[in-house]
Formats: sequence, structure tokens, C-alpha cells
Amino acid sequence: MEYITLTEADQLIPLLVFMIIGSIVALEIDDMLSSVIAIGAVGVGVTISFLILKAPDLAITQLVVEILCLILLVRATIKREMRFPRKHADYLRIISALVLIFLFLVFSYSALMGLPPFGMPIMKVASEYIARGIHETGATNMVASVILDYRGYDTLIEASILFTAVLGVSVVLRSVGRIRNEKS
Amino acid sequence: MTLIVKEVTRLTVGLIFLFGIYIMLHGHLTPGGGFAGGVIVALSFIHMVLAYGGDFATKKMNSRIATILESLGGLMFLSLALLGLIFAGVFFLNLLPKGMPFELKSAGIIPLCNIAICIKVGAGLFLVFTLLTMFKPGGDK
Repeated sequence: MEYITLTEADQLIPLLVFMIIGSIVALEIDDMLSSVIAIGAVGVGVTISFLILKAPDLAITQLVVEILCLILLVRATIKREMRFPRKHADYLRIISALVLIFLFLVFSYSALMGLPPFGMPIMKVASEYIARGIHETGATNMVASVILDYRGYDTLIEASILFTAVLGVSVVLRSVGRIRNEKS
Repeated sequence: MTLIVKEVTRLTVGLIFLFGIYIMLHGHLTPGGGFAGGVIVALSFIHMVLAYGGDFATKKMNSRIATILESLGGLMFLSLALLGLIFAGVFFLNLLPKGMPFELKSAGIIPLCNIAICIKVGAGLFLVFTLLTMFKPGGDK
């Protein structure tokens, strides 16, 4: 079985630098539309890094959802002149941010040391799926056999989460109840 | 939009829709699956809305049809899961014949689940898009 080696993962470093720069641009720029486009660039970077890490399923889903979100965000921001209110630097805020970043680094160091080394995942359950997946489910795409057969319950709950989100949007943005309320 | 955008949309929107269907149907053979296929199908309708405006596109697919389709997709997925519980006593059991690997008609209920998820996700995301873009704060229809 082939895992990803460290030399292949080295290709990710310029991509990660690009994504960090894109995120900082998206946060700091004044114009809302430019900020949205910087977020789109970061999303494309995530897609390419999924491709380098040999996860085409995730890459397709990430690219498609990124396009959808970009269309929605551009559509929401293009017609109105929205600008971020610029506040002056507050010393208390900067100090508390630095303290929190320091705490995050301390705790994440001990957490990251517990991870297995890069490219050598712990395969307790997944090796069983890889060995018996094709015979037990008949699906040659391993991801499909996991998300729709072995872990079908997860997918069902995920679908109900999306259903609830759509339900919430359509309840908040409905037009029928509003008109009836204005008439009465 | 301009005439160029409308013509290019007229030529390509069917191909985008077809690509979404392809990604969905081959979800158990190649990368992709119901979620990605459903989002591509929704994007083809969104493409039409962006090029021709909301009034034209709502003749093909409006929010009422999208609501019904999303509920139908969710019910289809849930009933596929319940089939296993009814006939064999195990939730989400893959009870249809598995078939030969690498064939389109294989893998039992997985392609059917992909179709259900595609209908649900496509209709749901299109519904969110139409509601968010065509909503007018004044309250008129």
C-alpha cells in the first residue's frame, strides 16, 4: 500500500504559504468584493492540496461547494457598498489575543506530539474496510462504500442537518407570513 | 446579461447538468458521489438564473417544486435505510445483489442512495440560492 511520502508533502508548503497570505488579505482588505475573491483563492488552494494528498473525492466536493459559496457571497456583496468599520488598535485586545495564541500553541504542541508520524496513519478499522470493502459492498470507490454502507448512519444524519439548514433559511426568508402580518 | 452570456449559457447548461448526473451515477465507481453531483446539478440551475434572470428560470424550477423534490429525496434516502430494517432487521443493510465490481449496476443500494442524496442536495441548495437572492426586504412577492 502506498502512502504519501514527506517529499510529496513538501509540494504543499508554497501552497500553504499562498493560502495563509490569501486569508490575511481577506481579513485585512477594505473592499468586501476583494475579500470574497481572496476567500475563493484560498478555497482553490485547499482543492489543490487535497489533490496532492490523493483525496480526489474531497477535492471534487470542495471545489464544487467553493464555487457555490463564491456565487452566493458575490451575489450578496456585489450590489451594496459594504465596508468593514475600521477600529483603532486597542492594547487590551492585542494583549489578550497574544495570550490566547500562546496558550493555543502550548496546548497544541502537546496534542500534535501524540499524532502518528506523517504518512503513516494508524489503520485499525480502515484496513478492514480496504481489505473487505469490494467483496462486501461491491463498490469500487472506497469512499462511497464507507459513507453509504459502513457509515450510512452518519450520512443520514448529515442529510438531515442539510434539510434543517434549508428549512431554517426558508422559514426566515418566507414571504407569505410577512404579507399576512402587514395586512392585519 | 448580454447576448454572449445568454448564448454560451444556452449551449453549456445542459452539459453541466449532464456532468452532474454522470458524477452522481458513477459515485460508487469513481470519485464523486451524490453530494458533489447534486451540487453540480444545482449549479446548472443557478447558472440559468444568473444568465437569464429569475423570472425565466422559475418557469423551469421554482421554489415550490424544489421544496417537494428535497423532501422526496430525504424520504427516499430514509426509506432505503428502513428497507434493511424491515426485511432483514438491520438498519442500512445492503440487501440488493452486489453484482460484479466495476460495473454500473453493482454495489446494491449504494447507487440508489447516491440518487436520493443528489435529488435532495441539488433541490436544497437551489432553494437556498433562490431564497437568498430573490428575497426582497419590502415583503412584496
